[in-house]
Amino acid sequence: MSKYLVNLSVNDIPVSVPEGTTILAAAKKLDFKIPTLCYHEDLCVAGNCRVCVVEQVGARALVAACATPVSEGMQIHTNSATVRTARKTIIELLLSEHNADCTKCYKNGNCELQSLAHEYRVGEHVFIDLVNGKHRVIDDLSPSIIKDDSKCIRCQRCVRTCDELQGVSALTVAYKGDLQKISTFLGHPLAEVVCTNCGQCVNRCPVGALVEKTYVEEVWNAINNPNKHVVVQTAPAVRVAIGEELGYNPGERLTGKMVTALKRLGFDSVLDTDFTADLTILEEGTELLTRLKRALVDKDTRVALPMTTSCSPGWIKFIEHTFPEFLPNVSTCKSPQQMFGALAKTYYAQKKGLKAQDICVVSIMPCTAKKYEANRPEMRSSGYKDVDFVLTTRELGMMIKQAGINFHNLEDSQYDSFMGESTGAGVIFGVTGGVMEAALRTVYEVVTGREVPFKNLDILPVRGMEGVREAKVKIEGCLPEWKFLDGIEVSCAVAHGLANARKLMQAVKDGSAHYHFIEIMACPGGCLGGGGQPIPTNEEIRAKRATAIYREDEGLPLRKSHENPEVKMIYEEYLGAPNSNKSHALLHTHYLARRRY
Amino acid sequence: MENSRPKRVDIIFLMEGIDPIKVVETTIKKSPDDIILEMIDSGLKGRGGAGFPTGLKWKFTRNEESYDKYVICNADEGEPGTFKDREILDRVPEKVFAGIAICGYTIGAREGLIYLRGEYNFLLPTLNEKLILFNEGLKKIGLDFSIQMRSGSGAYICGEESALFESMEGKRGEPRNKPPFPTVAGYLGKPTVINNVETLVYAFMIARIGSEKFKEMGTKDSRGSKVFSISGDTPKAGISELELGMTVQQFVDEFGDGDTKAVQVGGASGGCVPRKMFQETIIGYEGIPTGGSMMLFNSSRSMYNVLHDYLEFFTEESCGQCTPCRVGCQQLLKGIEAIKRGDKSPGYLEDLKKLAKTMKVAAKCGLGQSVANPFVSIVSNFKEEIIY
Repeated sequence: MSKYLVNLSVNDIPVSVPEGTTILAAAKKLDFKIPTLCYHEDLCVAGNCRVCVVEQVGARALVAACATPVSEGMQIHTNSATVRTARKTIIELLLSEHNADCTKCYKNGNCELQSLAHEYRVGEHVFIDLVNGKHRVIDDLSPSIIKDDSKCIRCQRCVRTCDELQGVSALTVAYKGDLQKISTFLGHPLAEVVCTNCGQCVNRCPVGALVEKTYVEEVWNAINNPNKHVVVQTAPAVRVAIGEELGYNPGERLTGKMVTALKRLGFDSVLDTDFTADLTILEEGTELLTRLKRALVDKDTRVALPMTTSCSPGWIKFIEHTFPEFLPNVSTCKSPQQMFGALAKTYYAQKKGLKAQDICVVSIMPCTAKKYEANRPEMRSSGYKDVDFVLTTRELGMMIKQAGINFHNLEDSQYDSFMGESTGAGVIFGVTGGVMEAALRTVYEVVTGREVPFKNLDILPVRGMEGVREAKVKIEGCLPEWKFLDGIEVSCAVAHGLANARKLMQAVKDGSAHYHFIEIMACPGGCLGGGGQPIPTNEEIRAKRATAIYREDEGLPLRKSHENPEVKMIYEEYLGAPNSNKSHALLHTHYLARRRY
Repeated sequence: MENSRPKRVDIIFLMEGIDPIKVVETTIKKSPDDIILEMIDSGLKGRGGAGFPTGLKWKFTRNEESYDKYVICNADEGEPGTFKDREILDRVPEKVFAGIAICGYTIGAREGLIYLRGEYNFLLPTLNEKLILFNEGLKKIGLDFSIQMRSGSGAYICGEESALFESMEGKRGEPRNKPPFPTVAGYLGKPTVINNVETLVYAFMIARIGSEKFKEMGTKDSRGSKVFSISGDTPKAGISELELGMTVQQFVDEFGDGDTKAVQVGGASGGCVPRKMFQETIIGYEGIPTGGSMMLFNSSRSMYNVLHDYLEFFTEESCGQCTPCRVGCQQLLKGIEAIKRGDKSPGYLEDLKKLAKTMKVAAKCGLGQSVANPFVSIVSNFKEEIIY
């Protein structure tokens, strides 16, 4: 953006803003809120809903505030008679093609169109109802996402999300005029196209046209079933976002209160996905070292390097569709969620004297793709589904409200044991770069016997919100058994958001980039910006959640996965060693090449 | 010319004694600034319907600094009732090419493209053949410029300049936000002049005969002449090139069948002039502007049906991206149907007029903004026919 200042007036109040600023931003600077629908901070400007139209003195027509840059001497009126009439008419038009069955809608209470209709007190619909009589499809075949065309207002936020933010393009605009709709390839169900279930579209849909498939009732039923032992696990990114569902500002760390709430909801055991995050580091770290050894010592040319992480189910589905030739490069480790489920129905069951079929594993995830992951047929290590039901952060908020729990007044409490202990390394799985950082903390120490050479264990080069980040760590002074790594500079890359993942993988494919280890998270910002996180999510909110996650890490006494006492215990008692046969049976998986459309 | 007949003109189709390449060769001996001055002086306005001064458009694009610039000839002639560009491309394509080349030289472009309406694809083989020769001719006279054909796929909206760029770039044909305007960021984001077929031929002729001769014709606001596509209840359907400045009455006297009750000026997106306003309405920028379509309706025609047809057209041809146009068109169409059936009271027509006025100021592009033209003019002047 240019440094030149442009002078204009908004509602007769003068203001100076840098050249290139939109009218929307200039008005915001003066604390005038101009309503928007198709506009989203994360996306390119569309200017198609027209709700943000304002009057520019001298212009023939109204202009879209979100799409129009300021110019010198501009006089803008955001609430003139023409503007008000136009804006109200536009809201009425949107309602006429929107299935406004608000009280029965999943998004009731968190719908931008509903809020606008309320603000403008749109009463009886003036216009003819266009919803009935049109062939509208509800696609509920995906285990993650429900798409209801009758509620769609064609703002195209989802299309822009899927295309520019995620580089997936599962959603696109089809047909024109009155038939125009948001569609998939040939109108196939989301479950049968390249959709990665990341839910970024769900997080940005202003109405109820794209929502997560909810399993709240199923979870209540399990809790209320006396024959079921219901275990709940919570992902790292949930604890720094659940507050937003319950009236807190973004960035509040509410781990203790959340654990208390889960206990009050009636879960038999409240455990932590962070525990299996730590376990993942040992499994994945060992896998990486094994691959490096095979490549460097055994000179085995078939070893697939760089190795990529496998925690993000959106990323897994993406690479299965888009770069299937790189599937051998993906770590075979299951995601922490699935590791947890597999262990809950084996190790945990055994120790507690329970049968696998009597255990119900519920996970609270910042993610909609986790719902899909839990349903993958290969995720049944105990003979039963590793994870029975996956709820998003939003659904947990819903359950807490339904149960009438006054969250604000809750005391903190601790996770149950065992499988509830975690380190700071497990917590930072929730932020982009976190898995890389946690892995480096452990791998470096395993190989050299010394801590990673970064102040306070904070590996700053892999942190931040840059789309693709690179870091190099030189390994020196190895322990005797790792001598082959002496002097090697381990080259790492981190990407978040699938559009960035595509860029990074393309560079690897072209041969223009060389790494040993790559961390990829499907969602912008990592899990803290997941599709199952509170709405809205934007750059500012992601930054606040990230800060909270790093605070949580700093505050924990243990910050290296291999120091987690429960992780040590499970290897001693049950698994033997990382990448043992038992580990492989329970904690590792395989992938499937999928079609490109 | 109060009571005189419309003056027929022969500029566009005149080929006798004209060698387009020669004209280009002579013209490019002048400086681009001189050509722009000539264009501005001529008062030529865009003949596609919007009427933006051609010389200014060229000047703005020339002033942009960019290695790549483009000249695009908008031959996506989709306005209902318009067929002049097809005729021009069929009969005098070299004059169009030459207009593009002169524009290219003037603004500093090296590439020109013709975006041809999908339904006109039958013209493609001939045009391509002639283009090969023409491009060779340009090379011979030492002008680093060449022209290529591009084909549309039949969407009306792609005649809107920014949707046309999107379509040419291989994307879905949807209008862009403005600004930036094409003169700054058009095709492939580069400074672009996009002119109608007819405009480019006039530009070519102005380069040949000079602005003075062109200016002699027409009025202060509407210089020169214009090719009209005349259809409907007329014994003289077809193409006529006429001097601008006549009234609708003069036009009807010449082309009507003696029973004309309304003339739709400017196609479906234009305005409807009822008989009582023929005398006072001038065809041109001081009165009712037109891209050339003149549809005459006699008393046997139902104006409800006329309006219904137009609204069906817009409902289908809206790109669908912006709310006022996508939903507004459907509401206008369903609205007059409901009134006709008696499901809505005649008073609802006022609500619909307000809706049309909102569309005029709030829609994203010219399509949605212009639906109000036929709607308000027909509904206001033929209210009884709409209701009963």
